Amino acid sequence: MAHVRLKIQRFNPEMDSAPQWREYTVEAEPTDRVLDALHAVKWHHDGSLAFRRSCAHGVCGSDAMMINGKNRLACKLLIKDLKQPIVVEPMRGFAVVKDLIVDQTKFFEKYRSVKPYLIAEEPPPATERLQSPKQQERFEDTTKCILCGACTTSCPSFWANGEYVGPAAIVQAHRFLFDSRDQGAEERLEVLNKASGVWRCRTIFNCTDACPRGINVTKAIVEVQNLLVAHAKQGSTTDAAQ
Amino acid sequence: MRPVVRHQYDAVIVGAGGAGLMAALEASKGCRVAVVSKLYPTRSHTGTAQGGIGAALGNREPDNWEWHMFDTVKGGDYLVDQDAAEFMCKEAIRVVYELEHMGLPFNRTPEGKIDQRKFGGHTKEFGKGPVQRSCFAADRTGHMILQTLYQQCIKRQVTFFDEYRLVDVLMREGRCCGVVALCLATGELHVIHAKAVLMATGGFGRMYKVTSNAHTLTGDGCAILWRRGLPLEDMEFFQFHPTGIYKLGILITEGARGEGGVLRNRTGERFMERYAPTLLDLAPRDMVSRAVHQEIRAGRGIDGKDYVHLDLTHLDRRVIEEKLPDITDFVRTYLGLDPVRELIPIQPTAHYAMGGIPTNLNAEVLADEQGRVVPGLYAAGECACVSVHGANRLGTNSLVDIVVFGNRGGQRIAEWAPKAEWAALPDDPEGSAQEQLARLEANRGGDEAARLRAEMQQVMMDDVGVFRIHAGLQEACERVNRLRAAYQGVGLSDKGRRFNTEVEELLELGGLLDLAWVTATAALARQESRGGHSREDFPNRDDAKWLKHSMASLRGDAVQLAYKPVTITRFQPQERKY
Ligand SMILES: Cc1cc2nc3c(=O)[nH]c(=O)nc-3n(C[C@H](O)[C@H](O)[C@H](O)COP(=O)(O)OP(=O)(O)OC[C@H]3O[C@@H](n4cnc5c(N)ncnc54)[C@H](O)[C@@H]3O)c2cc1C
Ligand code: SF4
Ligand code: FES
Repeated sequence: MAHVRLKIQRFNPEMDSAPQWREYTVEAEPTDRVLDALHAVKWHHDGSLAFRRSCAHGVCGSDAMMINGKNRLACKLLIKDLKQPIVVEPMRGFAVVKDLIVDQTKFFEKYRSVKPYLIAEEPPPATERLQSPKQQERFEDTTKCILCGACTTSCPSFWANGEYVGPAAIVQAHRFLFDSRDQGAEERLEVLNKASGVWRCRTIFNCTDACPRGINVTKAIVEVQNLLVAHAKQGSTTDAAQ
Repeated sequence: MRPVVRHQYDAVIVGAGGAGLMAALEASKGCRVAVVSKLYPTRSHTGTAQGGIGAALGNREPDNWEWHMFDTVKGGDYLVDQDAAEFMCKEAIRVVYELEHMGLPFNRTPEGKIDQRKFGGHTKEFGKGPVQRSCFAADRTGHMILQTLYQQCIKRQVTFFDEYRLVDVLMREGRCCGVVALCLATGELHVIHAKAVLMATGGFGRMYKVTSNAHTLTGDGCAILWRRGLPLEDMEFFQFHPTGIYKLGILITEGARGEGGVLRNRTGERFMERYAPTLLDLAPRDMVSRAVHQEIRAGRGIDGKDYVHLDLTHLDRRVIEEKLPDITDFVRTYLGLDPVRELIPIQPTAHYAMGGIPTNLNAEVLADEQGRVVPGLYAAGECACVSVHGANRLGTNSLVDIVVFGNRGGQRIAEWAPKAEWAALPDDPEGSAQEQLARLEANRGGDEAARLRAEMQQVMMDDVGVFRIHAGLQEACERVNRLRAAYQGVGLSDKGRRFNTEVEELLELGGLLDLAWVTATAALARQESRGGHSREDFPNRDDAKWLKHSMASLRGDAVQLAYKPVTITRFQPQERKY
């Protein structure tokens, strides 16, 4: 066990007028996760510290927060790899509900706005629809998304304009747009082509750096942009043909 | 007193994992449904399931549901209710195709069908050798099931109460008529009056120190019904998965052995050759976990310590990185090891609750060992016990269970609720919830909750783990009971209402302590070894005395145990060898 120093942004709008920084020293192993250190604070120093967490191994998407200036999952960062004091603050761009918990209502509204479900109106066969391994690989990367919010809340375009649907919603749209079984491209591309859509991306790559699932978020956004361009061309040729 | 908000829905589904979402989808075809979940739905623990979902599709080699049923029954050491296993193994095929139709991105065979791989205890022709039955999406099958079901719920515009915690289930004259939930963001109580309530609150691995289960897997639903006097079935059976990452408990899927990985002791020996000559490393989990423990006890753990190695180094790098990408990432992140070149230190990890809320084939909750149904109350998924897993669950069978019985429960509700009469709420429906919360808030000083939790987890690990013995179980019962007493005065420092996660943790600890008590008590009573319940003082299975399900109920402040027979249809109990 070693001493680990943390500096955590605390804010309970129920009682505090403004956020404040508090420092804590806890006992933890160097190979422990930052999440373990947060638990040590909560369980042995201050029970009021609030954060979300569940799986503790980087697959549920509960505990995205800003750690030493970068959006990370607290359960996927080891103490030994970080400079101390470890500085922990909530993700930026959403209202703080309490301490490290932000209000994600808007985040999930944006997610819903891209129609994140398979759209295929023909009745399915009695067994599975066929899809080749190659067709499945085409969208596999974006199926990994756990909706943690790290990408969207690290994006300067989103900070500048909260209306931007943001990388996470585009990743979800990508997952269906490139699925050979899906027929919802028109409906989804309409949403993504709006002023609040994919064109707000300035390819800053913060999202790709933040993604704990290793999704190539920027690439997915660019692929959706290219798809829109291709559709626009197709649209104009059909128009021209008429 | 907390402010109270009131609602009315035909049906409330509590829990938004695979079981809850599947039930919500089906139920919403026939009535107005609300889903209540303490976690945002996509954060439910179903999302961590790795290896796959079993169904006899026969896409890789011949297979049929009856072989699957046989494996389920034998894997469960004949404590499985065979009518339930038959229903599940037949339905598995239909439901897996349905998931594909909903858009689940399964891995594919070269012909474009759903790909399948081997998994522990799954065999062809009634035990002749391993079969490829597990349908998978890399090693994130649960994630894809959870995402896909949630997507469909959005499409159907199902109503969600996200981040609302169940604190009470309302009963009147033996009928269930709603729930009380705590809104985490505001601290208000919500009373939801309903004709039907379906519990899908998941497992309770957090009663153990080393576990693959999320921090939030605390058995809330089981504990709440238990306190309402309803029975819990087969609680002595808790599964330890052989391959948890040493000390952390994070799971390495059986799929790793399905792809060819093997277990080795300190001498490098593939020790499963001695314990299960036919299925080797793919023997059922209870057997492999016992074998690992025995190796460690015999001093053949690595460096004499309490772990052994999982060896993937002989596999092709592409197989490891493409078919097991997530576990490769876990091993690299948490251990700093590369499974392509290095051995992975593993130890058994508390994984799955075979026991839970007793239900029948319609997912209706049973009030007693006679099979009387509690009108309006349903349960499905890991919190329920139907029982398809008996004394030991086979890998891939929980994902089957949650979707098949979630589906069934939802169908029943869709048929029943529109016709059913409304039952009146009890007087002062939120009274008991208000009182419970007020009592916690009034406590000052008192014992540290974290200390109580750590002691419970240690006791359960030491004495109610892979191997059990009379003296240890008795000691565990006493110590857990002392912790239950100490819990009454446990301290709370956060007196706020908004997102009070300390109150949440206290509620969870209270439930876990009760479930630990029931588990230890039922284990003490069962004087035989069967599946996941292995008694050193009673090393053999004893069908004459113990081929029966336990039903534990709270009477006064004691655990009362009753028993009911096992349903046996096609397969008579035999000695279990692999
Ligand atoms: C690491 C791991 C890997 C696994 N891999 C496999 C596999 O490959 N194949 C397989 O078949 N099985 C696997 N399992 C088992 C399987 O994943 C689970 O048994 C199954 O997903 C449970 O689903 P569920 O819907 O019953 O519960 P969960 O998915 O756990 O959902 C529980 C839900 O209940 C809610 N809830 C709980 N308490 C409350 C409360 N008080 N108030 C409101 N809501 C509440 C939660 O928010 C959550 O939405 C694995 C398990 C683990 C831990
Ligand atoms: S794309 Fe990555 S960072 Fe963004 S929400 Fe999904 S998992 Fe999180
Ligand atoms: S707690 Fe689940 S991702 Fe960190």
